[in-house]
Amino acid sequence: MQNIIDQFADTIRIAAERKAPLHICGGGSKEFYGNRIVGQNISMLDVTAYSGIVAYEPTELVVTARTGTRLADLEAQLHKHRQMLAFEPPHFGAAATLGGCIAAGLSGPRRASVGAVRDFVLGVRMLDGRGDDLRFGGQVMKNVAGYDISRLMTGSMGTLGLLLEISLKVLPLPPMEMTLSLQMKQAVAIEKMNLWAGKPLPISATCFCNDALTLRLSGAEAAVHAAHMKLGGEEVAEAAAFWQSVREQTHLFFQPGKSLWRLSMKSTTPPLSLPGQQLIEWGGALRWLISDAAMDAETVRAAAKTAGGHATLFRSGESSAAAFHPLTAEMMSIHRRLKEKFDPMGILNPGRMYPEL
Amino acid sequence: MHPLELVKNLRTFLPPEAVLYESEDLKPYECDGLSAYRQMPMIVVLPQSEAEVIRILRICHMSETPVVARGAGTGLSGGALPHAAGVLLSLAKLKRILEVDPLARTARVQPGVRNLAISEAAAPYGLYYAPDPSSQIACSIGGNVAENSGGVHCLKYGLTVHNILQLRVVTMAGESLEIGGAGLDAPGYDLLALMTGSEGMLGIVTEIMVKLTPSAEKAQVVMAAFDDIRKAGDAVANVISAGIIPAGMEMMDKVATHAVEEYIHAGYNLEAAAILLCEADGTAEEVADEIRHIDEIMRQSGAIEIRTSRDETERLRFWAGRKAAFPAAGRVSPDYYCMDGTIPRKNLARVLDGIERLSAEYGLRCMNVFHAGDGNLHPLILYDANRPGELEKTEEFGAKILEMCIAAGGTITGEHGVGIEKLNQMCSQFGSRELKIFHAVKMAFDPAGLLNPGKAVPTLRRCAEHGAMHVHRGEEKFPELPRF
Repeated sequence: MQNIIDQFADTIRIAAERKAPLHICGGGSKEFYGNRIVGQNISMLDVTAYSGIVAYEPTELVVTARTGTRLADLEAQLHKHRQMLAFEPPHFGAAATLGGCIAAGLSGPRRASVGAVRDFVLGVRMLDGRGDDLRFGGQVMKNVAGYDISRLMTGSMGTLGLLLEISLKVLPLPPMEMTLSLQMKQAVAIEKMNLWAGKPLPISATCFCNDALTLRLSGAEAAVHAAHMKLGGEEVAEAAAFWQSVREQTHLFFQPGKSLWRLSMKSTTPPLSLPGQQLIEWGGALRWLISDAAMDAETVRAAAKTAGGHATLFRSGESSAAAFHPLTAEMMSIHRRLKEKFDPMGILNPGRMYPEL
Repeated sequence: MHPLELVKNLRTFLPPEAVLYESEDLKPYECDGLSAYRQMPMIVVLPQSEAEVIRILRICHMSETPVVARGAGTGLSGGALPHAAGVLLSLAKLKRILEVDPLARTARVQPGVRNLAISEAAAPYGLYYAPDPSSQIACSIGGNVAENSGGVHCLKYGLTVHNILQLRVVTMAGESLEIGGAGLDAPGYDLLALMTGSEGMLGIVTEIMVKLTPSAEKAQVVMAAFDDIRKAGDAVANVISAGIIPAGMEMMDKVATHAVEEYIHAGYNLEAAAILLCEADGTAEEVADEIRHIDEIMRQSGAIEIRTSRDETERLRFWAGRKAAFPAAGRVSPDYYCMDGTIPRKNLARVLDGIERLSAEYGLRCMNVFHAGDGNLHPLILYDANRPGELEKTEEFGAKILEMCIAAGGTITGEHGVGIEKLNQMCSQFGSRELKIFHAVKMAFDPAGLLNPGKAVPTLRRCAEHGAMHVHRGEEKFPELPRF
């Protein structure tokens, strides 16, 4: 396995010498996400060969796996021990890898109740833009030695380094889950989701779409039943398939080919008056918007910003807007300096996140 | 800039009582919670607003004066140790709770607000701020952000990094940044995570938006006693294997239980080699279910005594002993030195055996309290600073414990930070390339290197001179530096 790392490091060193950009690629399942890589003579750096679980000890609640490990394989291994990646990462394809999951930093339905990808990342081994083999964090839950580079890497879209190995905290599968459906209008649903999130209820996912609020309860059997009694609603059959469709965006709401905006904002924000259809997750903190090509990016971004958040053009469809919400000048200058420190030649996925990085 | 000139400049916009420079006024600031290290600052400033912080930093930046931030001064690694030629920036007067939003479950607070005060302000809404370091009655939320503080409940509820949403930060150059947001994520790099635990090296936090958690309906604790520390360690693993994430899981060894029992009368079994406290919280139904399960696991793991708290008074009494471990150490010994390593739990017995061996070797007693759920060890080395040489012996003992934690696959600090205390051990945990990246990150935020200089990350030169470096993955460290 070390020879694969040596090859990656050589590729990076040569690219740095030539100042020729590298397009880091795992399973290619999230190729649609982010901006196009910029520059001349771009070459692909396929990391799928570096795969497999390095260490997994269920009683330590920690797994370490290589970047090219298929997310599906990793999750299957955890399920054998009745454990899970609690942040429910979307795969967006069977080929999805762990490295891509961490680099994209995307979390699924359980995010509002248990935390995001970054909350579960404990340590990384990586190559920086010089090809240096570096290790940060570790395999333990609590670690404050040095800056938190592992979490900095999470969601950085491969612009700061090539992930080699990632250690993650895992959690036990809940003993029981039940999904309920309640009919209500959007404004009521937003208020209810927030009110209930402030109570000790075992709500593990929420989704509002077409005047129906679907929510999932997870926990001890007694607690789930007690919560059902309190909240009411109809129990949903085929619940696992429903949450899978939300997580993987195969739900009918997500129409292929259309522009899909992801607005992350304060959970209590009242219904947004933006043209198009909306689906709400994360107790109101995540709003998906399907809009037509004429939708002006500035309008969407202004709405998100007013609500204390930001908007991502998640799937561009026919829109040509930049993927990520612009940063302030002060924030961008810190981002640029960080990029220069990790990748002095600017060869790792340049432009994938912002043109300046 | 001459100190008096700096004082004059600062007093153009700060009242005289907010700019201290006479030695009797500076004295209370000479150390933080790690009192073995002391240093008088040149000047202490006590701003009352972010605008004042910005002006102070601009003046210090222009005059190239080092700045050390300080919250409540309860830190245990010397992170707020002053700089002799620098300004100590106390954030104690920024202590307003700006907003509690019960529906969104957030609070906006200034950095000088005490950790517990946030929970008190949120309590009327059935909410609280989850991270609860044992100093929560005194420590400030700004300090918690700087250290990424944990507490006894962090296995289930997370550390500071998991419980904050947004920071307002002023850079050394006096620019203000908004990091994170009111939503659950933010665009760009995760600077929120980078700032958390950065020990005042990257910027000055002037405002924090924290997440609030609904208070559990009920909590109950099982206290189990074991005649062998290994069995207690296995019991912890068995609880986790059963799919339970307890709200808290704490272990104490015999030296610790004896020290606290004498003082608190918590009802601990004094015959036991180790006792384990395992707490369940949630709805009444959940707790009943989980407690039944935990009780069964403790029995199967060979506990010699198991007691379950019958009411809130008893629950608090069981916890009182654990929470009094540090003061109890202070009662049985003139001085104590608290370590903070984290290890994979499976190596617990090995590390505790090693500590016992070192304890005999150095002739110093050591009591162990342990956040068992997440592998965070707090050995307390008992010593007497008045005996010549004993502090040095203690520090050497402590350093060896930390080296042992690294060798066991762990880390030199779980929640107290590196500060000034663990700089040498950083050389063992990281190679020169990683350290260079840390210095580079610092440079990205503070190119002039004026914020808390000399803390958290050792210079490569120091590591070369420290000599405790090991050969890491077959590579010699610091090949670029001359060796003698």
